[in-house]
Amino acid sequence: MDESGRPIFLQLAEQLENQIISDQFEEESQVPSINELATFHSINPATALKAINQLVDDATLYKKRGIGMFVNAGAKQALITKHSQKFRAEFVEPLIIEARKLGITSQEIIQMLGKESF
Amino acid sequence: MTKVIEVNNLTKSYRGATAVDSVSLAIEENGIYGLLGRNGAGKTTLMKLVAGHELASTGEISVYGASPFENSAVLANMAFIRESLRYSENYKIGHVLKAAKIAFANWDDAFAQSLVDKFQIPRKRLVRKLSRGQLSAVGVVVGLAARAPITILDEPYIGMDAVARKHFYDILLADYIKHPRTIVLSTHLIDEVADLLEHVFVIDQGRIILDANTEDLRGSAAVIEGSTESVDDAVAGFVILESQTIGTQKRVVAQGLKAEDAARLQSAGLAVKPATLQQLIISQTNMDSSEKVEVA
Repeated sequence: MDESGRPIFLQLAEQLENQIISDQFEEESQVPSINELATFHSINPATALKAINQLVDDATLYKKRGIGMFVNAGAKQALITKHSQKFRAEFVEPLIIEARKLGITSQEIIQMLGKESF
Repeated sequence: MTKVIEVNNLTKSYRGATAVDSVSLAIEENGIYGLLGRNGAGKTTLMKLVAGHELASTGEISVYGASPFENSAVLANMAFIRESLRYSENYKIGHVLKAAKIAFANWDDAFAQSLVDKFQIPRKRLVRKLSRGQLSAVGVVVGLAARAPITILDEPYIGMDAVARKHFYDILLADYIKHPRTIVLSTHLIDEVADLLEHVFVIDQGRIILDANTEDLRGSAAVIEGSTESVDDAVAGFVILESQTIGTQKRVVAQGLKAEDAARLQSAGLAVKPATLQQLIISQTNMDSSEKVEVA
């Protein structure tokens, strides 16, 4: 996982959430097992379990006994809502801090964004 | 969870020098534990005591509920791989594996042979003529193929290059997933193994100064950087583990920040990053607890 020092289970849970949002894991499809996640990321399986448990608690994933973990119906939309709420704090606020430091006005930022197509 | 190792107020002194000082800790069944500390901190002495290779000066050790010292029933369940193992003069790797097969009940010979190939240990050369890294690989092969319920690895990678060490970590994790057991790994290469460890003990001058779940430690401290004045304002009330200043710029490692604290500091223009496990441990090892500065 990344070198940031953040708890690894949070990084892993976020990564799985992003993979659901971007349709790499579709609703009702199976996600990798705890052992596969631990091996792929070179992390302790207890850490992978903690990430999966968090996603189960959030109703993002559910467990089919004896088979594995699956993405819940409706999980994608719920995650988009959740991540949109964090968008301002995680992306807009750092942008404003940097812009203020450099003396870039909000008008100039809007102009820049106007040139991008997304 | 079942406790497999319990250490209570353990002290070991050699002619007045205290190598292990009033250590108490508990290790549960099936987990990868890290024993971290600088060279000479007491890691090897503590492991020798737990493995029954040395007798404690005072205190108690219990492994599966019994003292490990000269206790064959306890030692049959344990593989202890030391950084400096000695082998008989005329041994080749094949002889080492044959001896290990007799010593360990769960020995997996096919796995051992595959590891010899993976680490490219020369089969025809005498073990005493192997390079330092190859000799360490011999220890790793024995330690892993033993599949002992308690596996203690004391800096098993000395002399291995970065590639061989990465092999070792990958194989250790894969084999632990297939055959869960209690693994205690001592190391000073904290960053390399941090992600593998479920729980860490940090030993410094013979004392355990940190005993915590690895994931709980991550994110428990932050590195904060900015102008000296704003940093001093921002960290008032937090425990400061480490502090450095250059010109008008200051960087501190602070403990106990919550997510909302970090957000508040960031909007005040400070750079806030979670401290890595290595940063956290180094900052704790550098100072005695009595020297920790509580900022008013």
